[in-house]
Amino acid sequence: MNSNHLTELNEAPRIRCKGITKHYFGMTANDDITLAVQSGGIHALLGENGAGKSTLMKIFSGVIQPDRGRIWWNGDPVALRSPVHARELGIGMISQHFSLFETLTVLQNIALSLGRRRTGKLKTLARCISDTAERYDMSIDPQRHIHTLSAGERQRVEMIRCLIQGARLIILDEPTSALIPSEVNKLFTVLRRLSSEGYSILFISHKLNEVQTLCHTVTILKRGRVTGHCNPKATPPQVMTKMMKGVNARLHTRYPTNINQASTLKVNQLTESAGHRFGTALKNIHFSAQQGEILAIAGIAGNGQNELLSLLSGERLASKTINLLLNEEPIGHWSPDQRREKGVCVVPEERLERSVVPDMDLQDNALLTGFLQNTIKYGFIQKRQVASFARRIIDDFAVKTSSSAIAKSLSDSNLQKFIIGREILQKPKVLICAHPTKGVDMAATNIIHEALIALRDTGTSIIVISDDLDELFQISDRIGALYNGHLSPIKLTSAVSIDDLDRWMAGLLTLIDGREPIKAAITSSRSEEVCS
Amino acid sequence: MFLSIERRQQDSQLMVYLSPILAILLTMVAGMLMLLWQGQDPVNSLYTLFILPVSSWYGINDLVMKVAPILLCALGLAICFRASIWNIGAEGQFIMGALAGGYVALTLSEYISALLLPIILLTGAAAGLLWAAISAFLRNRYHVNEILTTIMLNYIAVNLLLYGVHGPLMDPDGFNFPQSTQFSESASLPLLLKGTHLHLGLLFALLAVVAVWVVLSRLFIGFQLRVVGLDRSAAEYAGFSEKRLVTISFLLCGALAGLAGVSEVTGSIGQLVPQVSLGYGYAAIVVAFLGRLHPIGITLASALMALIYTGSEMGQISLGLPLAVGSLFQGMLLLFLLACDFLICYQLRLDKASRYHPSVTLSGIKPAAEN
Repeated sequence: MNSNHLTELNEAPRIRCKGITKHYFGMTANDDITLAVQSGGIHALLGENGAGKSTLMKIFSGVIQPDRGRIWWNGDPVALRSPVHARELGIGMISQHFSLFETLTVLQNIALSLGRRRTGKLKTLARCISDTAERYDMSIDPQRHIHTLSAGERQRVEMIRCLIQGARLIILDEPTSALIPSEVNKLFTVLRRLSSEGYSILFISHKLNEVQTLCHTVTILKRGRVTGHCNPKATPPQVMTKMMKGVNARLHTRYPTNINQASTLKVNQLTESAGHRFGTALKNIHFSAQQGEILAIAGIAGNGQNELLSLLSGERLASKTINLLLNEEPIGHWSPDQRREKGVCVVPEERLERSVVPDMDLQDNALLTGFLQNTIKYGFIQKRQVASFARRIIDDFAVKTSSSAIAKSLSDSNLQKFIIGREILQKPKVLICAHPTKGVDMAATNIIHEALIALRDTGTSIIVISDDLDELFQISDRIGALYNGHLSPIKLTSAVSIDDLDRWMAGLLTLIDGREPIKAAITSSRSEEVCS
Repeated sequence: MFLSIERRQQDSQLMVYLSPILAILLTMVAGMLMLLWQGQDPVNSLYTLFILPVSSWYGINDLVMKVAPILLCALGLAICFRASIWNIGAEGQFIMGALAGGYVALTLSEYISALLLPIILLTGAAAGLLWAAISAFLRNRYHVNEILTTIMLNYIAVNLLLYGVHGPLMDPDGFNFPQSTQFSESASLPLLLKGTHLHLGLLFALLAVVAVWVVLSRLFIGFQLRVVGLDRSAAEYAGFSEKRLVTISFLLCGALAGLAGVSEVTGSIGQLVPQVSLGYGYAAIVVAFLGRLHPIGITLASALMALIYTGSEMGQISLGLPLAVGSLFQGMLLLFLLACDFLICYQLRLDKASRYHPSVTLSGIKPAAEN
């Protein structure tokens, strides 16, 4: 497949590093990393969350400097002093969180990044954008505003920006995490095309199957160290998994499912406005969570998940109280603490920004939602009860810290175990979880999944909102998807294929139980990308 | 070699307590320089400003009397500031307490005497509370910034007081001086100790120290106030109603400031005058922060602030310094405190060498390993 590469005369790798070491807050994020990306190569950097992939990327893109180690660019030793410097050399970076201005157009965003001198005439630049887009089959209108674009389209804008900036190496950090499966295939086509033209791609991922499909070579990281280099197509997946995860391999067994019980929380024809400018309006959302089941709601971020979550938690009140029913009682106008009193607990998506107070210790953070656990008497805080509640969370959920630790000093995994533990120990009747294991390491993910299953088996209704399809398929009993504020039908997970879910997440909702088809795809601004 | 500023990995607890002390020292140094510039002997003036006032029984007596109003106001403000509610209106709430309490003292003295004092005190506290309630309402109902409303209400309160003492409340036998008649015996706060000026107001302040400590450290409502102050979205998630907490903190602060005002006129002054407050409500802002929003710290900081008040009077009498010296010291104290608080989250570091090699060119000739 390398036959038609326009390989450059320079035989040296596009980028090479040796002995890269970086210490962060007393931790070693990168320890003696060595790797090389050939020109025209698609190289994968594979590793779990927290393996040090992002740190290495920041070093390559000039955001941070390594403590030790050397980097060569096209065979020449180089010090990447700043992002601007890295960009000028020809290193393009597309991070998980796009760096685009929402209120500006595609053209304005790209012009901004080029600076006045290199932009030239806007008209010329616009043509250049259209040409580049067309060349790689990534159709995009330069005049569209970023906030009207889907995640996949935004990614294309970033890609086009990299190309126009003259990048020869494009680094993509978890590029598929915000894409639906069909968009992933399109992305791979583009990347293969770029590779055949001599561009180098560094593809960062924790998904083994994607790496095997796409990449020529792979470097595997574990806890900041390189555990192996290999050809992903020729190496058995088990070998790579072992290099990536060590003994803590994920339980790939499907948990036994549970169905057909009385319903607890009912969402009844819920239609709500977007709330703010970049929000998503909810349209006629209708479902009910049953006792002892895990109900999964999939979807690409920004399709109404935040709005649904805040309406379920009570942070936003429903415009009609009858739209939300808990055991047939309307609760749409209840505040979060009133709902909690009736057994509705919530794990928000944002950890440090919402689920805890970052500057308070874990005891205070246990009290944050644990104020109904006999911790308050006549308005007075019962310090001993609070301490023992915090202690129980830390012990039961293997949170590796002390209860006097400040919340923001915890790692993502530990903090999430603490938050999930705090909610589960309140014995909720309904638990609503957003992205329960995002950015969480394998061991903690297993603890969290097992805790959720155990809670489900006590009869609790659990609603999980996430975009991690592997996770949803693994733990859920029934599944549906949100697209542009519409909810797909909810079906037994065992009866849903990944293709079904892909269509639902793309807004192609077909006839359900004889009801009218939902015309989500047609009314949406994103329809063009979906239908093409 | 150059000095660089770095974010600390964790806030320095040591600096939280060290910062006020550092600020006090810096204020003293800057104050000495200022006095030197004014042609004063700096050591002697500092002695006059800060030692002389407390070297006599009378001076201490005077100082403690000034502690009470400042302490009450600062305790109320601390409740608001813990919740990141920027109530700048203790001054206005103080004046309204004094005005309303004084009005009751002047009008009801003829009719009742037994329950007069409790009625006066309650009226004063209620007036402060209502004055604060205006800002709370405007913020909750119309999202009006409380900093603006409280400052504006301060001016309205001052002008209401001036209208009172120049108009309907003016002493008819007072030779047209803008002041009311003296309050009757039954409308005056009893003294705590014979032979001193220490009145019941001081006891109120000390009780408030305990009460505010209980509210902030022991009650769930105090916890909710802290959560709202630190992280509004976490409070929203937990279901702590921000509006309710805004209302509660404003009302508590208003009542305490109103009580301070009415105690001041019925205890220390004995009549309504234009200067019932010597800027206590503003000084209390400095005191609240200097005392780290903690009741014990605030008690110590109020003593220092009272010392600045009495000291500047002393400086005026014996050194001929302008009374504004006191305000200058207050201002410098706040300025230095805010500057030193920067060190809680950041640290200064002396770098031996530049982190980057300016000689590295675009094509990158220098090896990275030298970094």
